[in-house]
Amino acid sequence: MKRLRSAPLALAAALGAIVVILFAAGAPPLEAMRVIFEGAFGTTDRLGATLMAWTPLVLAAAGLLITFQAGLWNIGVEGQIAMGAIGAAWMARSVEGPSLVVVPLTLIGGAVFGAAWALIPAWLRTRFRVHEIFSGVALSFVAAAIAVYLIIGPWSRTGVASTSGTDIFDPRAWLPTIGSWRASPVGIGAAVAAVAAVLVLLRGSRFGLRIRAVGRNAESAHLLGIPTQRYLVAAFAMCGALAGIAGTVQATGFHHKLVPSISGGYGFLGVLVVLLAGFRALWIAPIALFFAAIQVGSTQLSLRLGIDSSLAGVIQGALVLVVLIVGGFQVYSAARGPVVTGEGEA
Amino acid sequence: MGRQGRWLKRFALLAAVSLVVAACGDDDGEAPEDFKFGMILVGPQNDQGWSQAHYEAGLYVVEQLGLPADAMIVLDKVNTADRPETSIESVVDEMVAGGAQMIFATSDDMKDGIEAAAAQHPDIPMIWSSGDSAWADGKGYRADLTNLGNIMGRMEYAKMIAGCAAALTSQTGKLAYLGPLINDETRRLVNSAFLGARYCWENYREQDPSTLGFEVKWIGFWFNIPGFTLDPTQVTNEFLASGADVVISGIDTTEAIVRVGQAFAADEAVWAIPYDFRGACAAAPAACLGVPYFNWGPSYVDAMQSVIDDEFEATWLWLGPDWDDINNPDTSAVGWVSGEGLSAEASASLDDFIAGLGSGDIELYRGPLNWQDGSVFLTDGEEATDFQIWYAEQLLEGIVGASAAE
Repeated sequence: MKRLRSAPLALAAALGAIVVILFAAGAPPLEAMRVIFEGAFGTTDRLGATLMAWTPLVLAAAGLLITFQAGLWNIGVEGQIAMGAIGAAWMARSVEGPSLVVVPLTLIGGAVFGAAWALIPAWLRTRFRVHEIFSGVALSFVAAAIAVYLIIGPWSRTGVASTSGTDIFDPRAWLPTIGSWRASPVGIGAAVAAVAAVLVLLRGSRFGLRIRAVGRNAESAHLLGIPTQRYLVAAFAMCGALAGIAGTVQATGFHHKLVPSISGGYGFLGVLVVLLAGFRALWIAPIALFFAAIQVGSTQLSLRLGIDSSLAGVIQGALVLVVLIVGGFQVYSAARGPVVTGEGEA
Repeated sequence: MGRQGRWLKRFALLAAVSLVVAACGDDDGEAPEDFKFGMILVGPQNDQGWSQAHYEAGLYVVEQLGLPADAMIVLDKVNTADRPETSIESVVDEMVAGGAQMIFATSDDMKDGIEAAAAQHPDIPMIWSSGDSAWADGKGYRADLTNLGNIMGRMEYAKMIAGCAAALTSQTGKLAYLGPLINDETRRLVNSAFLGARYCWENYREQDPSTLGFEVKWIGFWFNIPGFTLDPTQVTNEFLASGADVVISGIDTTEAIVRVGQAFAADEAVWAIPYDFRGACAAAPAACLGVPYFNWGPSYVDAMQSVIDDEFEATWLWLGPDWDDINNPDTSAVGWVSGEGLSAEASASLDDFIAGLGSGDIELYRGPLNWQDGSVFLTDGEEATDFQIWYAEQLLEGIVGASAAE
């Protein structure tokens, strides 16, 4: 109920923030918002481009929801996306065969690499009490460095040492598409399935209940007989696997090659999506769509209005700030009033 | 048939001729009022380097062909780091949807995307600058892409001039080259700068060519992408710390001239040579020896005129300087502008060198020349073909730095 009350206020504040930013940038706000909306949804191809950005964002956010519920700040998700892309690229480059064979292998390769990379901060956290924020940031740099090494080294184009990317994969390794749509139904299906699975996992399973118990109070959960470390490791692995699939989508569904910035910033953006969603699985898909629409649609600001489209990043950041401020204000108000329970559920 | 009938016939003939002439009017060099073209830039349009040179060429096209101000649809910073959600194919889709009847993709980095886009839009003429997809004898020839042409300037000459200016000025005999990524294009430009430097070191400075130091370091991309490339400012610092006193830039942006300009202002005897954009010395004029630059405008006008005239062909053009005036904005595809840092004496020698290049008296791609690994590139008296120069296999003997990924 509280979300229903707060949503209109947050939405109004967010729209107000967008108008102020656009106005400050010298853009006619209504026209600019119309251009962004048309750029994201105006044609079926644009809708496809928006869903192309939505897919890895939802996958990353769905994974992050699990780690957030376990009380973990898995900032290293960017690195897990990158390692997933590397795993998928390895499969795409080394396995020859029909799409029906290669594409599943790239997805599995991406998930395995992403999960394996996520197990490193899990191990550091559970074994040495190294906070996952620090290890995650460091491991993201390492993953990016590995990608760069592969691109200008063993996987470089013949006679070239450039961070432009590897050779294009064999088209049989690309995620299949329909017509001129750039978004793959396989990727979209994976994203939808991920949200559904996380929803069921966190809301309707004993596992989810225990994950949340660990996240709320690990010591109490441990005293109640829950093997907390095992659950933390499982949360990391599941998030890493979903992030790895996001990386696969980026590598085999969008770029069709490995590039250094393969994660596309969708990991960090996923953190914002989960925060805005109030840690609820059902809200991830629409909020991610909103973010993807701004990101894709804002290209039109440059093309049609001559406005620097990096404004999209400013808008996204401001949106998060505004909504968090509104949320914080409401928590503050609630603390002074009657106690409200039930907030922050999956 | 009477007199009236003859006049009627003459009138009909005149009317018919008039109609034909009028119908041909649109094809007679006049651009339709609604003609638009797309310009895809890899970096910022005001980078004082590669991308700005293309952007200003687009403005030149608009001016020369009398197009409306909004005829150029521009999208800059089209690379995976700045626009992770954007692909070349989707940008081309958007530009075509916005009315673009011609597309310029202006980076080597856009190879995969523009080739895919050209296949998807076979009716839209496109130019991929610096590429070789339309070179029938080239390694990357795509006979199927009849709507994708290539334009590139023979920057080799301007880089030779840059190398010469560096050698004429250096006090330590150590020259540095700030390289972007490693490929055929960048190797041939480094080789050209080295050949120019070595020639002038030997013939104008009268020094033993083996005493000239020439080192290249590659940052990994055409411009700095934090976290993914080496920092060009840091690399420039390393050059200066190692004793190099002239830094020749091969990257799209101005870090070398900016950093060297700071050192120069602190009374260090160091100089820099930026790249790509005619106005690049403005970042630090006093420390600037000059700039080798591209002048894309005239060739882009020709390409677009061919589209307007419905005569576009996917050709590969490698255009040299206009030796009568290498800085003629309407005729020369590449140029060199000397900077304030170049002494009068060095300037005189450089003019002589340029004249020698223009007359053909100085031919630097003539053997004997060896590759960096000691193998023979050109035997004694042998002149390199375009193919050998374009697809430079290695750096030349005498250059310190990587020829390929290590």
